[in-house]
Amino acid sequence: MAAQRAARTKDEVDHPSSPVLQFGPDKPLKLDAGTLLSPFQIAYQTYGTLNDARSNAILVCHALTGDQHVANTNPVTGKPGWWEVLIGPGKIIDTNRFFVICSNVVGGCLGSTGPASTNPVTGKPYGLDLPIITIRDMVRAQAMLIDHFGIEKLFCVLGGSMGGMQVLEWAASYPERVFSALPIATGARHSSQNIAFHEVGRQAVMADPDWHGGKYLDFGKRPEKGLAVARMAAHITYLSEAALHRKFGRNLQDREALTFGFDADFQIESYLRHQGMTFVDRFDANSYLYLTRAMDYFDLAADHGGRLADAFAGTKTRFCLVSFTSDWLFPTEESRSIVHALNAAGASVSFVEIETDRGHDAFLLDEPELFAAINGFIASAARARGLSL
Amino acid sequence: MSVNRAQRVDLEVVTDLIPANSRVLDVGSGDGVLLELLQETKQVDGRGLELSQRGVNECVSRGLSVIQGDADTDLKFYADKGFDFVVLSQTLQATRNPKIVLDELLRIGNRAIVSFPNFGHWRVRFSLLIKGRMPVTKDLPYSWYDTPNIHFCTIRDFVNLCEELGATVEKATALDANGQKIGLSMPWWFWNFFGQQAVFLLRR
Repeated sequence: MAAQRAARTKDEVDHPSSPVLQFGPDKPLKLDAGTLLSPFQIAYQTYGTLNDARSNAILVCHALTGDQHVANTNPVTGKPGWWEVLIGPGKIIDTNRFFVICSNVVGGCLGSTGPASTNPVTGKPYGLDLPIITIRDMVRAQAMLIDHFGIEKLFCVLGGSMGGMQVLEWAASYPERVFSALPIATGARHSSQNIAFHEVGRQAVMADPDWHGGKYLDFGKRPEKGLAVARMAAHITYLSEAALHRKFGRNLQDREALTFGFDADFQIESYLRHQGMTFVDRFDANSYLYLTRAMDYFDLAADHGGRLADAFAGTKTRFCLVSFTSDWLFPTEESRSIVHALNAAGASVSFVEIETDRGHDAFLLDEPELFAAINGFIASAARARGLSL
Repeated sequence: MSVNRAQRVDLEVVTDLIPANSRVLDVGSGDGVLLELLQETKQVDGRGLELSQRGVNECVSRGLSVIQGDADTDLKFYADKGFDFVVLSQTLQATRNPKIVLDELLRIGNRAIVSFPNFGHWRVRFSLLIKGRMPVTKDLPYSWYDTPNIHFCTIRDFVNLCEELGATVEKATALDANGQKIGLSMPWWFWNFFGQQAVFLLRR
């Protein structure tokens, strides 16, 4: 099972089951690192139909370990798309009505160019030879994909966490191309604590002897133990103390008493080990390094002279921000500071904080208040955009 | 909602003061009843600031642009003259610093519209004078110890505050206990005695 999943993940890197858009030497991706990425490719999924006016397109931006399979069965895991609760025919983001696009980020490992992709110069995987990718680079690549569809202005860009960072970057970099923006459980910069968590994860990967200085694919190896530890640590930050306690408490795993050893006595240990083990089959370790780095480097205010409001000066985009009370990765204060900046820029902004104990991951779950907010925001934006029901 | 509107005649008065297609900030938007009324009847570009998260979530799910925030602390994040009108409806008396809030409204909006319950109304005076009790009325249903309304004023007090802040009263309306407008020709003392609520249009 695990080996099959890992093999499928490997297949998806250069030749994904998703549609792929190739950019040749005439269309390089300009990177913030100061170099050009060329050639490169973007793997994407679409749902629904683009209308004649090309005004009903919604771009969904995925989070750190997400992918383009937002509303279809995932080819690697066989599980439903990661936001199928929200997106699909008759759902809140109704694909009978909207044309939904989701692409794998550059730096990812499910078909868009990333560290596991084959470097055309060497014929081997890029590994650490791939330049550092930023959130702005990801968005720049997405804009090239949107150009390909002939879409001048997206009706909505939405996403949570790292996806939310891309939404903010879209609104700041291409204000005239974004009619409405819905950043969820995110921040305009990565906090010191979040950089710290990421660094723990990266160090765990790099400490695994199977990492081989990033060249593990050349050796036919993968730093599974290191990546699993990184995922376990990160997973804790996606939940909350209250949710962990509610779900697991101090319950023991398939046993009546403590074993006085280091086996997974507690359910929470067993759960985390499972999270770590299943993750390594579907994700490339170097991709994890690149994407966590992209989030760490994100600081929208710094890109605009230190004043966040200047990132949104004169914007006509309609914004709706959402945060969750128990999210300690992107606490409400992060969203609130974006709201204040948008206010100062005179932007149209809504802001909803949702009471839940499910932590950061709440954005991926069935949260009625989240859905009500998204529904109200999308409906009113659609009216303003002249999109009929 | 129709019940709300019947109870809040001041909302109709506020709506009458705002021309179509204006940019409006509603401070203390509650469940969004005024913003929705303004969007339906005046096609305004409306925004809201509301303290209670429940109210905000309700507004956003109804498609209104509202954020959670506190009039006492969050108005400073708005740009100068960013709106044609800033409305503070039945909220002034619940702020910690009404003077600063009013000053901010005049900074953010080309015009400010403020509606508030008049503590100079005869029923209030009667309650204190005869009964010796803090008044509890239909419009002011709280007891002194649990009221969110911590800074009551009379119409006269409010006019004085406007003078102090250099604000010009462009228009004022007082509503009696039945929600009827009190005649314009009446003197301030009459308004202050018989007006249960007042709505002021201000500029600076």
